[in-house]
Amino acid sequence: MNHIPMEAGLLLAGVLFALGLVGVLVRRNIVFILLSIEIMLNAAGLAFITAGARWQQADGQVMFLFILTMAAAEVAVGLALVLSLHHRGKTLDIDAASRMRG
Amino acid sequence: MLILFLIAALVAVVATALVITRVNAVHALLYFIVSLLAMALIFFLLGAPFVAALEVIVYAGAIMVLFVFVVMMLNLGPHAVEQERRWLSPTAWAGPALLALILLIEVGYVLWNAQGVNMPNAAIPPVQVSLTLFGPYLLAVELASMLLLAGLVGAYHLGRRRLHWEAEEEDA
Repeated sequence: MNHIPMEAGLLLAGVLFALGLVGVLVRRNIVFILLSIEIMLNAAGLAFITAGARWQQADGQVMFLFILTMAAAEVAVGLALVLSLHHRGKTLDIDAASRMRG
Repeated sequence: MLILFLIAALVAVVATALVITRVNAVHALLYFIVSLLAMALIFFLLGAPFVAALEVIVYAGAIMVLFVFVVMMLNLGPHAVEQERRWLSPTAWAGPALLALILLIEVGYVLWNAQGVNMPNAAIPPVQVSLTLFGPYLLAVELASMLLLAGLVGAYHLGRRRLHWEAEEEDA
């Protein structure tokens, strides 16, 4: 048993994605919500890499590069929003931002 | 080699589960970095060495440092030093250090047996990835650059301090 089966990689990706989804749903701190979104993006990337390894194509790795780019842009904007929210309301509770005007 | 994959997968799942259950943001970040390192090892075992290196450099190196900067910025004040001392108590970093040690042993095993161990999946070399990236996916690369530019402008706009007269105008 030398070959890593595709099912194992996809199962790991599914478990990690589910953990990230639970984090988004359960946590109310906006920093933890951003972290959980990162976990989910990473799990999606793992699924791409697994599929690329299964068919021996470079497309999976290329898609991971795009996910990486998107994650970087998303984190930059998200953390700027965190700072803005903290500057305005002195809190990191996402529920505090539920009554935004305009 | 399957056992290496399973150990790394277990480390990744345990570290990720600890990330979403920590109360303290810095502790969660430490565990998340360990989870990313485990993912990098899994990518390497799956035959994607280029992506494994990028995972360590960009994800664990750049994005996580951004997180750490913001978490530290949110806690500036007279209590910051005392709080930092409390955050980095030995019990806080023992867990991530143990998980990272497991990964280090795995990497050492792979490097030590570099001749004898045949990789489970044939590696896709970076050359092939680059040729695909700048061949059929060239338009997507341009779109990604536009996305990064939009992220830069958006982060600058959201992050700048409001000018005095602007704040008065908005409050009015």
